[in-house]
Amino acid sequence: MDIFFQQVVSGLATGGIYGSLALALVMIYQATDVVNYAQGNMAMFSTYIAWSMLDAGWPYWLAFFATLAIAFVGGVAIERIVIRPVENAPILSIVIVSIGLLVILSSVAGWIYTYTQKPFPSPFPNRPVKLGNVIVGAHDIGAITVTLIVLLLLYLFFRYTTLGLAMRAAAQNPVSSRLVGIRVGWMLALGWGLAALVGAVAGIMVAPVVFLDPNMMGGILIYAFASATLGGFTSPGGAVVGGLIVGVTENLVGTYVRFIGTELKLTVALAIILIVLMVKPSGLFGRGTVHRV
Amino acid sequence: MNRRLALPALIVLAAALPFVLSNFRLFQFTLVFVNAIALLGLNVLTGYNGQISLGHAAFYALGAYTSAIMIDKWSVPYALTIPVAGLLCLVAGFLFGIPALRLEGLYLALATFALSLAVPQILKYFEHWTGGSQGIVLSKPDAPFGLPLTPDQWLYFMTLGILLLLFWLAANLLAGRTGRAIVAIRDHPTAAQAMGIDTALYKSLTFGVSAAYTGVAGALSALVIAFVAPDAFDVFLSITFLVGIVVGGLASISGAIFGALFIQFVPIWAQDISKAAPWAIYGGVLILFMYVMPLGIAGTLRLAWARYRISPKWGPRHGPQTPQRSAAPRQSRGAPR
Amino acid sequence: MTTKRWMFALALLAALVTAVAPALAQTVGVTATEIKIGNTNPYSGNASAYGTIGKVITAYFKKVNEEGGINGRKVNFITYDDGYTPPKTVEMVRRLVEQDQVAFVFQTLGTPSNSAIHKYMNQQKVPHLFVATGATKWGDPKNFPWTMGFQPNYQTEGHIYAQYVLKNVKDAKIGILYQNDDYGKDYLKGFKDGLGEAGKKLVVMEQTYEVTDPTIDSQIVNLKNSGANVFFNVTIPKFAVQAIKKAHDIGWKPVHLLNSVSASVGVVMRPAGAEASKDAVSVQYLKDPTDPEWANDPAMKEWKAFMAKYYPEGNLQDAFNVYGVAVTQTMVHVLKQSGNDLSRANIMKQAASIKDLALPLLLPNIKVNTSPTDYYPVEQEQLIRFDGEKWVRFGDIYDASKK
Repeated sequence: MDIFFQQVVSGLATGGIYGSLALALVMIYQATDVVNYAQGNMAMFSTYIAWSMLDAGWPYWLAFFATLAIAFVGGVAIERIVIRPVENAPILSIVIVSIGLLVILSSVAGWIYTYTQKPFPSPFPNRPVKLGNVIVGAHDIGAITVTLIVLLLLYLFFRYTTLGLAMRAAAQNPVSSRLVGIRVGWMLALGWGLAALVGAVAGIMVAPVVFLDPNMMGGILIYAFASATLGGFTSPGGAVVGGLIVGVTENLVGTYVRFIGTELKLTVALAIILIVLMVKPSGLFGRGTVHRV
Repeated sequence: MNRRLALPALIVLAAALPFVLSNFRLFQFTLVFVNAIALLGLNVLTGYNGQISLGHAAFYALGAYTSAIMIDKWSVPYALTIPVAGLLCLVAGFLFGIPALRLEGLYLALATFALSLAVPQILKYFEHWTGGSQGIVLSKPDAPFGLPLTPDQWLYFMTLGILLLLFWLAANLLAGRTGRAIVAIRDHPTAAQAMGIDTALYKSLTFGVSAAYTGVAGALSALVIAFVAPDAFDVFLSITFLVGIVVGGLASISGAIFGALFIQFVPIWAQDISKAAPWAIYGGVLILFMYVMPLGIAGTLRLAWARYRISPKWGPRHGPQTPQRSAAPRQSRGAPR
Repeated sequence: MTTKRWMFALALLAALVTAVAPALAQTVGVTATEIKIGNTNPYSGNASAYGTIGKVITAYFKKVNEEGGINGRKVNFITYDDGYTPPKTVEMVRRLVEQDQVAFVFQTLGTPSNSAIHKYMNQQKVPHLFVATGATKWGDPKNFPWTMGFQPNYQTEGHIYAQYVLKNVKDAKIGILYQNDDYGKDYLKGFKDGLGEAGKKLVVMEQTYEVTDPTIDSQIVNLKNSGANVFFNVTIPKFAVQAIKKAHDIGWKPVHLLNSVSASVGVVMRPAGAEASKDAVSVQYLKDPTDPEWANDPAMKEWKAFMAKYYPEGNLQDAFNVYGVAVTQTMVHVLKQSGNDLSRANIMKQAASIKDLALPLLLPNIKVNTSPTDYYPVEQEQLIRFDGEKWVRFGDIYDASKK
């Protein structure tokens, strides 16, 4: 039974990683109706910025918050400068632009920082924590906690602040929002900024585990998509829960289902996506979309 | 400026190239043709029928491995493997299209994305058939009937021939009732259904045909490159195909050729421009294309041609005429103006 | 122009092309002042960490050129990105051979990439030298006389570990973690072959992972749970650190066999922690730039000076940068040995007659040797054990050629 719990806990730890990036994905989708393929690489680039600061000797939490600020501004800037010209283009054009962004970010990161992986420090002690017979890294617990805090803050922001309300309005009904005086363009930009910020947090929490390199977020982005699909692209909380479920399921299947073993772990994640999409496309916690005739 | 002569002239030019270009250039152009077939397949599904697919690398891989395994394990003549690959992918695409009926837009993109991601791992898992990560090595076929052509020249002609055939088939399909039904489903599925079009059947069939085209392209690629390995058929390939049809021009047949030229040559040019960050150049070019030509190359050319025709200053001297309504997708999304 | 004139022009062009082509065939890629060498490397994509090898080779040839070149000729090293995808490799290598007209191709990287061009290089009779992969199939002069590998192959290394276990571990129960691709599987094969039929039963669990997996914690947990007391760790550096850390965290202390790809002190052992990584066993044939053992070694100092001057953005902790220099030094040796006959046939001949070449960056007593029947340049490896701070050599040098 011990191994079962150990795998569950490890799965939660990995799932926390997926969930944090999934949160950023869902945020952009909610704010702008666009799936941003560059989300992972924006997070990666922000993490490199944090690394530069740490390398220059800045204290950890100073670098942390400074990076968040830069990521936020960067996200806003990207929306206003790069995405704005194609805001009204067919949706596929926007997808292509986000792909272009993805490729540019990884290439520039590789150019500036080289492709050799770099270790990244964790603010949490490097000790394993024993819960009964199960062992977890202190960092894993810390990272999930941070993700949950971010989730809570986002929830409070959207639910209880005027700005949050304005953003939700702008996403759901741009025309009416304009009539009420909401600057929809800037709301979109804000959405990108927030998503970039969340992504930066994800990157900084993930880098100590997977090591920092320009392709760091590649695999994670895939699992983040699975998580967001499972949880529902319209539900931030669902995205995080989806991540946890994907992480745990992946580990349990890899451990207990012999013929799959570890050779098809990724396939399992994808089977999850497909099954969820077949049965309930809007995900476990998402709201279904209604089409007007 | 007679449009009718343009196409035959291009075909003659294409047929003449093998006697002027080096084997290497021919190889590159053969790859362009292969990609064009794959892109046409994707365009039929995404451009004309509105079903977004990020999973076409899966069908490309299926076609490539069908061909490779048949040649390697059962010594099937290579020419036979191409229609078999196409048929297999037709069935696979149709079968995938059925559950995909329930999905739209983002969710379909995700489902196909998932399919594409699973492919390399699955290919590596069935090592006994696929050779696993080592892949399968093939030999380039020689020209048949003792024709005095190098293998590269023969492959070029063969691929060109198949391309012309498949393009002609697609053009006919799309110009007729089927084409109109497919486009109607894209533009307004509910209205199409109300008008009596069996959307489920058409959507699944379109998926099948699209997969078949891409599968044929995959089989050809196996012959041209003479090697298949799982990691070449990853999600980035699917994304590259999508880039190809959007840059080339959605819902256009000529767009497939433009797109194929783009995805083949722009990465190489980017590398020649900047050794340090070539993909940054590629990404920059991509984004610029989307700003300047949101309808893709073919779409923009079509627009320019239409504007030219109705232009009082530059256009041909006729009475006032409305430009032809094309199958290009509507530009706006969101609330109607 | 009329149609007739076009046809005439085309025909003339075709004739010119076919006439000129044979004249170029003589000493392809070589002039009185230049040798053109071709290469592909993954500068982008999942394997881009290996791209530093291409960069360090470029830097080293720059140094060679600045010091006068080879027998009066400068090296023009042309390298293209193949993103580790075989179709791209095929295209780029064809470009190198058919368009850029290089003399030969050197250090192309990756097993699938090289598999894709293996037949082509031999059909074209272009030297395909010192390929950057540890796979075993590159040393086959009978069937592929134009292709040659360089490093001790992964199967040999796996074999060494198997012998170590059979000799030193009683009641061994072996758990293996390997990357699910050709690199991982090659090690696995060598290891299992080395164990023999009886030995294979000692393997109690195998676990795999993909390069795209974020962590391998789950696999380590499973391996511990299987009761294994020997851990054959075939992972790249990023995952090796995770594996060592996690094993330590969950209290699993097996006999740890670590593949040489991840034996770097600076990149793996130190970040994993001295406590956790102590007593790991590996093999090496090159000097580790982060090992305090070589801190004052003249060859290492020279290497560091080279890096500072010619490749300052290169990582001094990265063993790939040592590998790249060692292999290029071998190449330079072969070219020097070829004298003024830089035809492809002679370059290949010289590559197949390297006698006891002692490169400064190789471990002591390890030498490069090739012959027309021996296409494995480096076949010797040294068993090493980590003492918490540095790697300590022990036992004899293992020589695969004397199996």
